[in-house]
Amino acid sequence: MSAGVEIEVRDLRKAWGDSVAVDGIGFTAEAGAFTVLLGPSGCGKSTTLRMIAGLEEATSGAVLIGSQNVTRQPPNARGISMVFQSYALFPHLNVAENILFGLKVRRVPAAERAARLQRTAGLLGLDGLLDRRPSQISGGQQQRVALGRAIISEKPICLMDEPLSNLDAKLRHEMRVELKTLQQKLGITMVYVTHDQVEAIAMADRIVVMKGGQIEQSADPRTLYQRPASVFVARFIGTPPMNILELAVGPAGGMISGDPTPVLPRSVVDDRDGGFQLGIRPEDIEIGQPGGITGTVEQVEYLGADQLVDCRIADQRVLIRAANRQPVAVGQRVSLTWGRDSLHLFDKRSGARIPATDERPVQAAGRTFQTNAETGAAGP
Amino acid sequence: MEWIYGWLLLSPALVLLIAFTHLPAINTLWGSFFSTPRGQRPAKFVGLGNYETLLADETFWQVFSNSFWYAVVTIPVSVALALLMAIWVDGKLAGRGFVRLAYFAPTVLPLIAVANIWMFFYTPGFGLIDQISGAFGFPSVNWLGDPDLALGAVIVVAIWKEAGFFMIFYLAALQSIPPQLREAAAIEGADRWTFFRRITFPLLMPTTLFVSVNAVINSFRLVDHIFVMTDGGPDNASSLLLFYIYEVAFKFWDTAYASTLTVVLLVLLSVLAVGQFFLLDKRVHYR
Repeated sequence: MSAGVEIEVRDLRKAWGDSVAVDGIGFTAEAGAFTVLLGPSGCGKSTTLRMIAGLEEATSGAVLIGSQNVTRQPPNARGISMVFQSYALFPHLNVAENILFGLKVRRVPAAERAARLQRTAGLLGLDGLLDRRPSQISGGQQQRVALGRAIISEKPICLMDEPLSNLDAKLRHEMRVELKTLQQKLGITMVYVTHDQVEAIAMADRIVVMKGGQIEQSADPRTLYQRPASVFVARFIGTPPMNILELAVGPAGGMISGDPTPVLPRSVVDDRDGGFQLGIRPEDIEIGQPGGITGTVEQVEYLGADQLVDCRIADQRVLIRAANRQPVAVGQRVSLTWGRDSLHLFDKRSGARIPATDERPVQAAGRTFQTNAETGAAGP
Repeated sequence: MEWIYGWLLLSPALVLLIAFTHLPAINTLWGSFFSTPRGQRPAKFVGLGNYETLLADETFWQVFSNSFWYAVVTIPVSVALALLMAIWVDGKLAGRGFVRLAYFAPTVLPLIAVANIWMFFYTPGFGLIDQISGAFGFPSVNWLGDPDLALGAVIVVAIWKEAGFFMIFYLAALQSIPPQLREAAAIEGADRWTFFRRITFPLLMPTTLFVSVNAVINSFRLVDHIFVMTDGGPDNASSLLLFYIYEVAFKFWDTAYASTLTVVLLVLLSVLAVGQFFLLDKRVHYR
């Protein structure tokens, strides 16, 4: 199997008339790594993928594959395979013919075709379905056929455009694990487009978060979660999303607007125009530890393993993900505490993260990621 | 009681079908075994006599051969042209709406009107074709008056009339093919011709079957322009089977022989339609 090849996107731009879909973005998808383009619909992630594939012509900028400029090359000259959201299976061909289509087009000898088909079908568990038509198999099986068509080509790069969005939740989870395993086993460079942050976090080595045609942040999943570069990323990654609170600055330091207790020292919150916003993840807040900020419980949503507690601090709402054994009742006044590390400070006007001087590097299992150096700052 | 309602609901269609389709068909078949009644002489059973006459009728063989060539040329050419036009119009083309309209216009026009337009094209001396070819110094050609050219001239009109109609079906079928298929094929390195041969054309097969059955029927049915342009002449050079049936029945008033010709036409059409289905149906992929 061919090992992965690096993809570099440089200042890539795509516009149709006045409407700009991708606005001068740049990132690198490392060889053999799983890169996810993540963002809400209309953020330009699919367009970016299609420009890497060569299905869409870039207005300006460059796509480099294996340090070769392929910006004006046709798709088949780029050494890529692709899985489409709709699978794009040929309805009149059976599973085997669908998977073999590309090999036949490229005139691969019949004996080799048969061997590769057997290997691919075995890998994906399609052995019994080879002579069925796409309309005669289930959605999950169609997905595997589309995947088979991509991996039998043995190209160093595989591009995927929301391949799991047509599957039900259970199947989606299974395929997620399988895709990641497959990608690592084959060592291919994967670029994967999705709007589902859970999918992105579970599979990616690196996530490129996009918004409005620009990159908000490009980082590994842990950094993205622990050091979001902007309010947008902070709220996009994680369920339920991060609480964003207004911060008032007084002589004693930063306080949650309307509450007298300082939560950040004066040294961290300098005087700046526009003010600050404070981010706290619902899972980082603890209920019932003494010495915290006082909040009033407004609503409790029981989730089984844990509960979502809707609180109010002064006039601001805070969502807390708390353990179930914690007894809370609506109307109760509770003490809310958190670690200094779990506070995120943002510039209110630009939405960009303000790095605290006392931040520790993000720790991952076995690896240390650099954070600030490669975390792109957001905003203008 | 329910069966009464059942029959009542069926009856309008039943009455119309029986009165105007089945009875005349049976009558025609029956009549083909009798002589034509004239004045004092009532119809007399002649068995296969009419069919023997038919086999010995030189005009019939001439008309039969005309119809054969008419069908053999119009069907494939009009279908192929329709497919080509549809693919062209399906693409990103400036003024594509106008081109579609232009292609479809002949279908909307009555064939009689079309024939009159083409009469002007074909007229020797000052017709459009002669005026253009005359400008380049070519001699004047009497397209409709020359026995060698008349059939070809009416074939061109039929193709012009038919292709636009069939194009609409191909266009609809082409637009139902998801664009991702083309992209998936492009990534695999399939060029346009390979994509057409391996993907587009097979996916269009149901349309091709439908269109070609229609083309076969039309090639025997469309004779209106013969009346306007050539009246079957010169010397039956452009006469077709249906036109000949009309002549025999309503000009020569030989109803028995006309019945015999009609039976031959019907048998011919059924054989062709059944043959087409058995031949093509296995290769057609229905979604």
